[in-house]
Amino acid sequence: MNFSKIYALGLRHLYLIMNSFPRLLDLIYWPTVQIFLWGFISKFFTLSSEYYSNTVGVILTAAILYDFLFRASISFNMMFLEEIWSRNFTNLFIAPIKIKEIIAALTLTAILRTLIGLVPAVLIAIPLFGVSVLKLGIPLIFLLISLYLFGVTLGLLVTSGLLRYGPSFENIAWASLFFLAPLGCIYYPIEILPVSLQIIAKSLPLVHIFEEMRSILINNAVSYTNIFKSISISIVYFVFGIIIFYISYFGAKKRGTLMNMGE
Amino acid sequence: MFIQINNLSKIYKKFLAVNKINFQIEKNKTVGLLGPNGCGKTTTIGMMLGLVSPTEGEILIENKDINKFKRDEILKRFNFASPYVELPKKLTVRQNLEIYGRLYGIKELGNRINEISSDLDIKNFFERKTGELSSGQKNRVSLAKSLINKPEILLLDEPTASLDPDIGDFIRSYIEEYKSKNKITILLASHNMSEVERLCDSIIMMRKGKIIDNGTCQDLIKKHGRNNLEETFLKLARSKNEF
Repeated sequence: MNFSKIYALGLRHLYLIMNSFPRLLDLIYWPTVQIFLWGFISKFFTLSSEYYSNTVGVILTAAILYDFLFRASISFNMMFLEEIWSRNFTNLFIAPIKIKEIIAALTLTAILRTLIGLVPAVLIAIPLFGVSVLKLGIPLIFLLISLYLFGVTLGLLVTSGLLRYGPSFENIAWASLFFLAPLGCIYYPIEILPVSLQIIAKSLPLVHIFEEMRSILINNAVSYTNIFKSISISIVYFVFGIIIFYISYFGAKKRGTLMNMGE
Repeated sequence: MFIQINNLSKIYKKFLAVNKINFQIEKNKTVGLLGPNGCGKTTTIGMMLGLVSPTEGEILIENKDINKFKRDEILKRFNFASPYVELPKKLTVRQNLEIYGRLYGIKELGNRINEISSDLDIKNFFERKTGELSSGQKNRVSLAKSLINKPEILLLDEPTASLDPDIGDFIRSYIEEYKSKNKITILLASHNMSEVERLCDSIIMMRKGKIIDNGTCQDLIKKHGRNNLEETFLKLARSKNEF
Protein backbone atom coordinates (compact mmCIF):
# COMPACT_ATOMS: atom_id res chain seq x y z
CA MET A 1 0.00 0.00 0.00
CA ASN A 2 1.32 3.42 -0.96
CA PHE A 3 -0.21 5.89 1.46
CA SER A 4 0.79 8.98 -0.51
CA LYS A 5 -1.34 7.69 -3.43
CA ILE A 6 -4.21 6.94 -1.07
CA TYR A 7 -3.79 10.47 0.28
CA ALA A 8 -3.80 11.87 -3.28
CA LEU A 9 -7.14 10.25 -4.06
CA GLY A 10 -8.54 11.45 -0.75
CA LEU A 11 -7.28 14.94 -1.50
CA ARG A 12 -9.15 14.88 -4.82
CA HIS A 13 -12.43 14.44 -2.93
CA LEU A 14 -11.48 16.91 -0.21
CA TYR A 15 -10.78 19.57 -2.87
CA LEU A 16 -14.14 18.77 -4.43
CA ILE A 17 -15.92 19.54 -1.15
CA MET A 18 -13.80 22.60 -0.38
CA ASN A 19 -14.33 24.07 -3.85
CA SER A 20 -18.10 24.06 -3.57
CA PHE A 21 -20.12 25.55 -0.72
CA PRO A 22 -23.41 24.01 -2.00
CA ARG A 23 -21.73 20.60 -1.93
CA LEU A 24 -20.64 21.15 1.66
CA LEU A 25 -24.09 22.39 2.58
CA ASP A 26 -25.64 19.33 0.95
CA LEU A 27 -23.46 17.06 3.10
CA ILE A 28 -24.67 18.76 6.28
CA TYR A 29 -28.27 19.49 5.28
CA TRP A 30 -29.72 15.97 5.00
CA PRO A 31 -28.41 14.52 8.28
CA THR A 32 -29.59 17.67 10.07
CA VAL A 33 -33.08 17.37 8.60
CA GLN A 34 -33.13 13.70 9.64
CA ILE A 35 -32.16 14.62 13.20
CA PHE A 36 -34.90 17.25 13.39
CA LEU A 37 -37.53 14.86 12.03
CA TRP A 38 -36.60 11.92 14.23
CA GLY A 39 -36.00 14.23 17.16
CA PHE A 40 -39.63 15.34 17.14
CA ILE A 41 -40.92 11.81 16.49
CA SER A 42 -38.73 10.57 19.31
CA LYS A 43 -40.03 13.28 21.64
CA PHE A 44 -43.61 12.30 20.81
CA PHE A 45 -42.95 8.58 21.42
CA THR A 46 -41.20 9.12 24.72
CA LEU A 47 -44.25 11.03 25.92
CA SER A 48 -46.85 8.65 24.47
CA SER A 49 -45.34 5.15 24.43
CA GLU A 50 -44.94 2.82 27.37
CA TYR A 51 -42.08 0.96 25.70
CA TYR A 52 -40.06 4.11 25.31
CA SER A 53 -41.07 5.83 28.53
CA ASN A 54 -38.11 7.06 30.55
CA THR A 55 -35.80 6.19 27.68
CA VAL A 56 -35.53 9.54 25.99
CA GLY A 57 -33.53 9.39 22.82
CA VAL A 58 -33.67 5.70 21.86
CA ILE A 59 -35.27 6.45 18.53
CA LEU A 60 -33.12 9.49 17.91
CA THR A 61 -29.95 7.55 18.73
CA ALA A 62 -31.11 4.82 16.34
CA ALA A 63 -31.74 7.47 13.68
CA ILE A 64 -28.26 8.92 14.19
CA LEU A 65 -26.58 5.50 13.96
CA TYR A 66 -28.63 4.56 10.90
CA ASP A 67 -27.71 7.86 9.28
CA PHE A 68 -24.06 7.11 10.00
CA LEU A 69 -24.44 3.84 8.08
CA PHE A 70 -26.36 5.57 5.31
CA ARG A 71 -23.78 8.39 4.95
CA ALA A 72 -20.85 5.95 4.95
CA SER A 73 -22.37 3.94 2.14
CA ILE A 74 -23.58 6.90 0.10
CA SER A 75 -20.23 8.68 0.52
CA PHE A 76 -18.43 5.65 -0.90
CA ASN A 77 -20.86 5.47 -3.82
CA MET A 78 -20.80 9.20 -4.46
CA MET A 79 -17.02 9.36 -4.70
CA PHE A 80 -17.05 6.59 -7.27
CA LEU A 81 -19.92 8.21 -9.17
CA GLU A 82 -18.04 11.52 -9.20
CA GLU A 83 -15.33 9.85 -11.29
CA ILE A 84 -17.96 8.61 -13.75
CA TRP A 85 -19.82 11.93 -13.93
CA SER A 86 -16.61 13.88 -14.47
CA ARG A 87 -15.48 11.41 -17.17
CA ASN A 88 -12.29 10.93 -15.22
CA PHE A 89 -12.64 7.18 -15.01
CA THR A 90 -10.02 6.33 -17.62
CA ASN A 91 -7.47 8.72 -16.11
CA LEU A 92 -7.99 7.16 -12.70
CA PHE A 93 -7.68 3.57 -13.87
CA ILE A 94 -4.54 4.19 -15.95
CA ALA A 95 -2.79 5.90 -13.05
CA PRO A 96 -0.20 3.72 -11.31
CA ILE A 97 -2.41 3.01 -8.35
CA LYS A 98 -3.33 -0.47 -7.18
CA ILE A 99 -6.98 -1.49 -6.98
CA LYS A 100 -6.59 -2.11 -3.24
CA GLU A 101 -5.29 1.48 -2.90
CA ILE A 102 -8.40 2.77 -4.70
CA ILE A 103 -10.58 0.77 -2.29
CA ALA A 104 -8.55 2.01 0.70
CA ALA A 105 -8.77 5.63 -0.48
CA LEU A 106 -12.54 5.45 -0.97
CA THR A 107 -12.99 3.71 2.38
CA LEU A 108 -10.88 6.21 4.30
CA THR A 109 -12.28 9.28 2.55
CA ALA A 110 -15.86 8.13 3.04
CA ILE A 111 -15.40 8.54 6.82
CA LEU A 112 -14.46 12.17 6.29
CA ARG A 113 -17.57 12.90 4.23
CA THR A 114 -19.70 11.01 6.74
CA LEU A 115 -18.37 12.96 9.69
CA ILE A 116 -18.69 16.33 7.92
CA GLY A 117 -22.38 15.58 7.53
CA LEU A 118 -23.11 13.92 10.82
CA VAL A 119 -21.09 15.75 13.46
CA PRO A 120 -23.07 19.03 13.19
CA ALA A 121 -26.34 17.06 13.32
CA VAL A 122 -25.21 15.11 16.38
CA LEU A 123 -24.14 18.31 18.12
CA ILE A 124 -27.50 19.95 17.35
CA ALA A 125 -29.34 17.00 18.95
CA ILE A 126 -27.70 17.62 22.34
CA PRO A 127 -29.16 21.06 23.19
CA LEU A 128 -32.29 20.68 21.10
CA PHE A 129 -33.53 17.26 22.22
CA GLY A 130 -31.25 16.50 25.15
CA VAL A 131 -29.97 13.42 23.35
CA SER A 132 -26.32 12.49 22.93
CA VAL A 133 -25.08 9.33 21.25
CA LEU A 134 -22.11 9.56 23.58
CA LYS A 135 -24.39 8.13 26.29
CA LEU A 136 -23.70 4.75 24.70
CA GLY A 137 -20.20 5.02 26.15
CA ILE A 138 -17.24 2.93 24.96
CA PRO A 139 -19.45 0.44 23.05
CA LEU A 140 -20.35 3.30 20.70
CA ILE A 141 -16.88 3.09 19.14
CA PHE A 142 -17.35 -0.59 18.31
CA LEU A 143 -20.90 -0.08 17.07
CA LEU A 144 -19.66 2.69 14.75
CA ILE A 145 -16.83 0.50 13.46
CA SER A 146 -19.31 -2.26 12.69
CA LEU A 147 -21.74 0.15 11.02
CA TYR A 148 -18.95 1.76 9.02
CA LEU A 149 -17.62 -1.56 7.74
CA PHE A 150 -21.10 -2.60 6.68
CA GLY A 151 -21.80 0.80 5.09
CA VAL A 152 -18.59 0.59 3.09
CA THR A 153 -19.46 -2.98 2.12
CA LEU A 154 -22.75 -1.78 0.66
CA GLY A 155 -20.76 0.93 -1.13
CA LEU A 156 -18.40 -1.71 -2.53
CA LEU A 157 -21.31 -3.82 -3.78
CA VAL A 158 -22.97 -0.85 -5.47
CA THR A 159 -19.71 0.31 -7.09
CA SER A 160 -19.18 -3.26 -8.26
CA GLY A 161 -22.58 -2.98 -9.92
CA LEU A 162 -21.53 0.32 -11.49
CA LEU A 163 -18.42 -1.37 -12.89
CA ARG A 164 -20.50 -4.29 -14.15
CA TYR A 165 -23.55 -2.47 -15.54
CA GLY A 166 -22.27 1.09 -16.01
CA PRO A 167 -23.89 4.35 -14.84
CA SER A 168 -27.39 2.89 -15.32
CA PHE A 169 -26.80 1.07 -12.04
CA GLU A 170 -26.81 4.48 -10.32
CA ASN A 171 -30.41 4.24 -9.15
CA ILE A 172 -29.60 1.05 -7.26
CA ALA A 173 -26.99 3.06 -5.36
CA TRP A 174 -29.74 5.17 -3.84
CA ALA A 175 -32.11 2.27 -3.25
CA SER A 176 -29.67 -0.21 -1.71
CA LEU A 177 -29.91 0.98 1.88
CA PHE A 178 -33.65 1.36 1.94
CA PHE A 179 -33.89 -2.25 0.81
CA LEU A 180 -32.03 -3.49 3.91
CA ALA A 181 -33.50 -1.04 6.41
CA PRO A 182 -36.64 -3.07 7.26
CA LEU A 183 -34.48 -6.11 8.06
CA GLY A 184 -32.05 -4.04 10.10
CA CYS A 185 -34.55 -3.64 13.00
CA ILE A 186 -33.37 -0.08 13.42
CA TYR A 187 -36.38 1.30 15.26
CA TYR A 188 -38.05 -1.88 16.54
CA PRO A 189 -37.02 -5.15 18.20
CA ILE A 190 -36.36 -8.20 16.03
CA GLU A 191 -39.42 -9.98 17.46
CA ILE A 192 -41.60 -7.70 15.33
CA LEU A 193 -40.39 -9.47 12.17
CA PRO A 194 -41.95 -12.76 10.99
CA VAL A 195 -39.83 -15.74 12.07
CA SER A 196 -38.58 -16.43 8.54
CA LEU A 197 -37.34 -12.85 8.19
CA GLN A 198 -35.77 -12.98 11.63
CA ILE A 199 -33.39 -15.68 10.34
CA ILE A 200 -32.32 -13.46 7.46
CA ALA A 201 -32.11 -10.39 9.71
CA LYS A 202 -29.77 -12.18 12.12
CA SER A 203 -27.33 -12.78 9.30
CA LEU A 204 -26.93 -9.00 8.97
CA PRO A 205 -24.83 -7.01 11.44
CA LEU A 206 -27.51 -4.32 11.72
CA VAL A 207 -29.84 -6.31 13.96
CA HIS A 208 -27.06 -7.01 16.45
CA ILE A 209 -25.95 -3.37 16.41
CA PHE A 210 -29.39 -1.88 16.98
CA GLU A 211 -30.47 -4.56 19.48
CA GLU A 212 -27.32 -3.80 21.44
CA MET A 213 -27.94 -0.07 21.26
CA ARG A 214 -31.44 -0.57 22.73
CA SER A 215 -30.10 -2.92 25.37
CA ILE A 216 -27.59 -0.30 26.51
CA LEU A 217 -30.06 2.60 26.52
CA ILE A 218 -33.10 0.79 27.90
CA ASN A 219 -31.64 -1.90 30.19
CA ASN A 220 -28.24 -0.34 30.84
CA ALA A 221 -26.68 -3.69 29.91
CA VAL A 222 -23.71 -4.11 27.58
CA SER A 223 -22.97 -7.39 25.83
CA TYR A 224 -19.56 -7.31 24.20
CA THR A 225 -20.30 -10.76 22.75
CA ASN A 226 -23.09 -9.21 20.67
CA ILE A 227 -20.93 -6.25 19.71
CA PHE A 228 -18.09 -8.44 18.50
CA LYS A 229 -20.57 -10.70 16.73
CA SER A 230 -21.76 -7.66 14.77
CA ILE A 231 -18.17 -6.62 13.97
CA SER A 232 -17.30 -10.17 12.87
CA ILE A 233 -20.32 -10.34 10.57
CA SER A 234 -19.42 -6.90 9.16
CA ILE A 235 -15.85 -8.03 8.48
CA VAL A 236 -17.10 -11.13 6.65
CA TYR A 237 -19.37 -8.92 4.47
CA PHE A 238 -16.53 -6.43 3.93
CA VAL A 239 -14.19 -9.15 2.63
CA PHE A 240 -17.04 -10.44 0.45
CA GLY A 241 -17.54 -6.87 -0.88
CA ILE A 242 -13.85 -6.57 -1.77
CA ILE A 243 -13.93 -9.92 -3.62
CA ILE A 244 -17.01 -8.84 -5.59
CA PHE A 245 -15.33 -5.52 -6.44
CA TYR A 246 -12.27 -7.33 -7.85
CA ILE A 247 -14.48 -9.72 -9.83
CA SER A 248 -16.38 -6.74 -11.28
CA TYR A 249 -13.14 -4.92 -12.10
CA PHE A 250 -11.74 -7.88 -14.04
CA GLY A 251 -15.16 -8.36 -15.67
CA ALA A 252 -15.16 -4.69 -16.72
CA LYS A 253 -11.71 -5.11 -18.26
CA LYS A 254 -13.01 -8.09 -20.19
CA ARG A 255 -16.06 -6.19 -21.43
CA GLY A 256 -14.08 -3.01 -22.08
CA THR A 257 -16.43 -0.85 -20.01
CA LEU A 258 -13.57 0.92 -18.18
CA MET A 259 -12.65 2.56 -21.47
CA ASN A 260 -15.89 4.42 -22.06
CA MET A 261 -17.44 4.73 -18.61
CA GLY A 262 -19.27 8.03 -18.34
CA GLU A 263 -19.46 8.67 -22.06
CA MET B 1 12.24 -3.72 -30.07
CA PHE B 2 10.74 -1.48 -27.39
CA ILE B 3 7.06 -2.32 -27.86
CA GLN B 4 5.91 -5.51 -29.51
CA ILE B 5 2.29 -6.41 -30.15
CA ASN B 6 1.89 -10.08 -31.02
CA ASN B 7 -1.29 -11.65 -32.36
CA LEU B 8 -3.45 -9.29 -30.32
CA SER B 9 -7.22 -9.86 -30.52
CA LYS B 10 -10.27 -8.61 -28.72
CA ILE B 11 -13.72 -10.10 -29.05
CA TYR B 12 -16.65 -8.36 -27.33
CA LYS B 13 -19.33 -11.04 -27.07
CA LYS B 14 -19.54 -11.95 -30.76
CA PHE B 15 -18.01 -8.75 -32.16
CA LEU B 16 -14.42 -9.02 -33.30
CA ALA B 17 -12.99 -5.57 -32.45
CA VAL B 18 -9.30 -6.36 -32.96
CA ASN B 19 -8.23 -9.28 -35.09
CA LYS B 20 -4.76 -10.76 -34.51
CA ILE B 21 -2.76 -7.61 -35.04
CA ASN B 22 1.03 -7.52 -34.96
CA PHE B 23 3.20 -4.43 -34.87
CA GLN B 24 6.35 -3.10 -33.30
CA ILE B 25 7.44 0.31 -32.14
CA GLU B 26 11.08 1.30 -31.77
CA LYS B 27 12.15 3.28 -28.76
CA ASN B 28 11.72 7.06 -29.08
CA LYS B 29 9.74 6.82 -32.30
CA THR B 30 6.28 8.17 -32.99
CA VAL B 31 3.86 5.83 -34.69
CA GLY B 32 0.49 6.87 -36.06
CA LEU B 33 -2.47 4.55 -35.67
CA LEU B 34 -4.93 5.33 -38.42
CA GLY B 35 -8.20 3.95 -39.57
CA PRO B 36 -11.89 4.73 -39.91
CA ASN B 37 -14.13 5.00 -36.86
CA GLY B 38 -14.74 1.63 -35.21
CA CYS B 39 -11.67 0.01 -36.75
CA GLY B 40 -10.21 -1.00 -33.36
CA LYS B 41 -7.79 1.85 -32.60
CA THR B 42 -9.28 2.75 -29.23
CA THR B 43 -9.59 -0.90 -28.20
CA THR B 44 -5.92 -1.40 -29.10
CA ILE B 45 -4.96 1.62 -26.99
CA GLY B 46 -7.22 0.33 -24.19
CA MET B 47 -5.42 -3.02 -24.21
CA MET B 48 -2.03 -1.29 -24.10
CA LEU B 49 -3.17 0.76 -21.10
CA GLY B 50 -4.50 -2.30 -19.28
CA LEU B 51 -8.08 -1.05 -19.41
CA VAL B 52 -9.22 -3.83 -21.70
CA SER B 53 -8.02 -7.42 -21.36
CA PRO B 54 -7.08 -9.03 -24.67
CA THR B 55 -8.92 -12.15 -25.77
CA GLU B 56 -5.71 -13.40 -27.31
CA GLY B 57 -2.14 -12.30 -27.89
CA GLU B 58 0.43 -10.36 -25.94
CA ILE B 59 1.86 -6.90 -25.47
CA LEU B 60 5.58 -6.84 -24.75
CA ILE B 61 7.54 -3.91 -23.38
CA GLU B 62 11.27 -4.56 -23.74
CA ASN B 63 10.44 -8.23 -24.35
CA LYS B 64 8.43 -8.58 -21.14
CA ASP B 65 4.68 -9.21 -21.20
CA ILE B 66 2.91 -6.24 -19.59
CA ASN B 67 0.80 -8.68 -17.57
CA LYS B 68 4.00 -9.87 -15.87
CA PHE B 69 4.67 -6.36 -14.54
CA LYS B 70 2.98 -5.15 -11.39
CA ARG B 71 0.11 -2.84 -12.34
CA ASP B 72 1.63 0.27 -10.75
CA GLU B 73 5.13 -0.49 -12.06
CA ILE B 74 4.09 -0.62 -15.70
CA LEU B 75 1.55 2.20 -15.57
CA LYS B 76 4.03 4.71 -14.19
CA ARG B 77 5.95 4.36 -17.47
CA PHE B 78 2.82 5.18 -19.51
CA ASN B 79 0.46 8.07 -19.86
CA PHE B 80 -2.49 8.91 -22.03
CA ALA B 81 -4.40 11.94 -23.28
CA SER B 82 -7.64 12.17 -25.18
CA PRO B 83 -10.23 14.92 -25.55
CA TYR B 84 -12.85 12.26 -24.77
CA VAL B 85 -11.41 11.68 -21.31
CA GLU B 86 -11.59 14.63 -18.96
CA LEU B 87 -10.09 15.68 -15.67
CA PRO B 88 -12.39 16.38 -12.70
CA LYS B 89 -14.31 19.47 -13.77
CA LYS B 90 -14.86 20.94 -10.32
CA LEU B 91 -11.17 20.95 -9.45
CA THR B 92 -8.86 23.77 -10.49
CA VAL B 93 -6.10 23.14 -13.01
CA ARG B 94 -3.50 23.33 -10.23
CA GLN B 95 -5.43 20.87 -8.04
CA ASN B 96 -5.79 18.39 -10.89
CA LEU B 97 -2.10 18.48 -11.72
CA GLU B 98 -1.26 18.13 -8.04
CA ILE B 99 -3.52 15.08 -7.63
CA TYR B 100 -2.17 13.34 -10.73
CA GLY B 101 1.41 14.30 -9.85
CA ARG B 102 0.92 12.63 -6.48
CA LEU B 103 -0.74 9.57 -8.02
CA TYR B 104 2.26 9.18 -10.35
CA GLY B 105 4.61 9.64 -7.38
CA ILE B 106 6.42 12.64 -8.85
CA LYS B 107 9.29 13.97 -6.77
CA GLU B 108 9.63 17.75 -6.51
CA LEU B 109 6.10 18.00 -7.79
CA GLY B 110 5.89 21.79 -7.42
CA ASN B 111 8.83 22.27 -9.78
CA ARG B 112 7.42 19.77 -12.29
CA ILE B 113 4.01 21.46 -12.30
CA ASN B 114 5.69 24.84 -12.77
CA GLU B 115 7.79 23.55 -15.62
CA ILE B 116 5.01 21.84 -17.53
CA SER B 117 2.56 24.70 -17.02
CA SER B 118 5.04 27.26 -18.33
CA ASP B 119 5.78 25.06 -21.34
CA LEU B 120 2.10 24.59 -22.17
CA ASP B 121 1.16 28.16 -21.28
CA ILE B 122 -1.55 27.20 -18.81
CA LYS B 123 -0.43 29.30 -15.85
CA ASN B 124 -2.84 32.13 -16.55
CA PHE B 125 -5.82 29.87 -15.82
CA PHE B 126 -4.15 27.82 -13.13
CA GLU B 127 -6.70 28.62 -10.44
CA ARG B 128 -9.77 28.22 -12.65
CA LYS B 129 -11.93 25.12 -12.48
CA THR B 130 -11.13 22.72 -15.30
CA GLY B 131 -14.78 22.47 -16.32
CA GLU B 132 -14.90 26.22 -17.00
CA LEU B 133 -12.10 26.13 -19.57
CA SER B 134 -12.40 26.25 -23.36
CA SER B 135 -11.70 23.11 -25.43
CA GLY B 136 -8.24 24.38 -26.32
CA GLN B 137 -7.38 25.13 -22.70
CA LYS B 138 -8.74 21.74 -21.57
CA ASN B 139 -6.63 19.97 -24.19
CA ARG B 140 -3.49 21.72 -22.99
CA VAL B 141 -4.27 20.79 -19.37
CA SER B 142 -4.95 17.21 -20.42
CA LEU B 143 -1.61 17.13 -22.25
CA ALA B 144 0.10 18.58 -19.16
CA LYS B 145 -1.41 15.77 -17.07
CA SER B 146 -0.26 13.20 -19.61
CA LEU B 147 3.32 14.47 -19.43
CA ILE B 148 3.49 15.11 -15.69
CA ASN B 149 5.33 11.82 -15.08
CA LYS B 150 7.67 12.27 -18.10
CA PRO B 151 6.30 9.01 -19.54
CA GLU B 152 8.45 6.68 -21.60
CA ILE B 153 5.35 5.74 -23.59
CA LEU B 154 2.65 8.26 -24.43
CA LEU B 155 -0.62 7.23 -26.02
CA LEU B 156 -2.53 10.05 -27.67
CA ASP B 157 -6.06 9.60 -28.95
CA GLU B 158 -6.95 12.44 -31.34
CA PRO B 159 -5.12 15.07 -29.27
CA THR B 160 -6.21 17.96 -31.47
CA ALA B 161 -9.79 16.91 -32.23
CA SER B 162 -12.22 19.84 -32.19
CA LEU B 163 -9.49 22.44 -31.77
CA ASP B 164 -9.16 25.57 -33.88
CA PRO B 165 -6.16 25.57 -36.27
CA ASP B 166 -4.14 27.90 -34.06
CA ILE B 167 -4.43 25.80 -30.88
CA GLY B 168 -4.09 22.60 -32.92
CA ASP B 169 -0.82 23.90 -34.31
CA PHE B 170 0.33 24.91 -30.83
CA ILE B 171 -0.27 21.34 -29.55
CA ARG B 172 1.50 19.78 -32.54
CA SER B 173 4.46 22.13 -32.20
CA TYR B 174 4.65 21.38 -28.50
CA ILE B 175 4.66 17.62 -29.09
CA GLU B 176 7.42 18.06 -31.68
CA GLU B 177 9.46 20.18 -29.31
CA TYR B 178 8.88 17.81 -26.39
CA LYS B 179 10.00 14.87 -28.54
CA SER B 180 13.20 16.65 -29.50
CA LYS B 181 14.10 17.31 -25.87
CA ASN B 182 12.92 14.10 -24.22
CA LYS B 183 13.14 10.38 -24.76
CA ILE B 184 9.59 9.34 -25.47
CA THR B 185 7.80 6.76 -27.57
CA ILE B 186 4.44 7.91 -28.87
CA LEU B 187 1.48 6.06 -30.34
CA LEU B 188 -0.81 8.61 -31.92
CA ALA B 189 -4.34 7.79 -33.04
CA SER B 190 -5.62 10.56 -35.25
CA HIS B 191 -7.92 11.42 -38.13
CA ASN B 192 -5.89 14.50 -38.98
CA MET B 193 -3.61 13.40 -41.81
CA SER B 194 -1.43 16.51 -41.85
CA GLU B 195 -0.86 16.02 -38.13
CA VAL B 196 0.16 12.41 -38.71
CA GLU B 197 2.52 13.41 -41.55
CA ARG B 198 4.07 16.05 -39.38
CA LEU B 199 4.53 14.05 -36.18
CA CYS B 200 4.87 10.38 -37.07
CA ASP B 201 7.93 8.41 -38.11
CA SER B 202 5.71 5.65 -39.42
CA ILE B 203 2.06 4.70 -39.55
CA ILE B 204 -0.15 1.68 -39.06
CA MET B 205 -3.42 1.52 -41.00
CA MET B 206 -6.29 -0.43 -39.48
CA ARG B 207 -9.64 -1.44 -40.88
CA LYS B 208 -12.27 -3.70 -39.32
CA GLY B 209 -9.93 -4.75 -36.52
CA LYS B 210 -7.05 -5.68 -38.80
CA ILE B 211 -3.83 -3.99 -39.83
CA ILE B 212 -4.10 -3.53 -43.56
CA ASP B 213 -0.82 -1.73 -44.20
CA ASN B 214 2.06 0.02 -42.48
CA GLY B 215 5.19 1.99 -43.29
CA THR B 216 6.42 5.55 -43.42
CA CYS B 217 4.03 8.19 -44.76
CA GLN B 218 6.09 8.73 -47.89
CA ASP B 219 6.40 5.01 -48.57
CA LEU B 220 2.65 4.48 -48.27
CA ILE B 221 1.79 7.49 -50.44
CA LYS B 222 4.22 6.22 -53.09
CA LYS B 223 3.12 2.59 -52.80
CA HIS B 224 -0.53 3.46 -53.36
CA GLY B 225 0.17 6.04 -56.07
CA ARG B 226 -1.52 8.94 -54.28
CA ASN B 227 -0.54 12.57 -53.79
CA ASN B 228 -0.84 12.80 -50.04
CA LEU B 229 -1.70 10.83 -46.93
CA GLU B 230 -5.35 11.87 -46.96
CA GLU B 231 -5.87 10.33 -50.39
CA THR B 232 -3.92 7.25 -49.31
CA PHE B 233 -6.10 6.94 -46.21
CA LEU B 234 -9.27 7.14 -48.29
CA LYS B 235 -8.01 4.51 -50.70
CA LEU B 236 -7.06 2.13 -47.90
CA ALA B 237 -10.19 2.76 -45.85
CA ARG B 238 -12.48 2.15 -48.81
CA SER B 239 -10.60 -0.76 -50.31
CA LYS B 240 -11.58 -4.35 -49.59
CA ASN B 241 -8.04 -5.65 -49.94
CA GLU B 242 -5.10 -5.99 -47.61
CA PHE B 243 -1.74 -4.61 -48.72
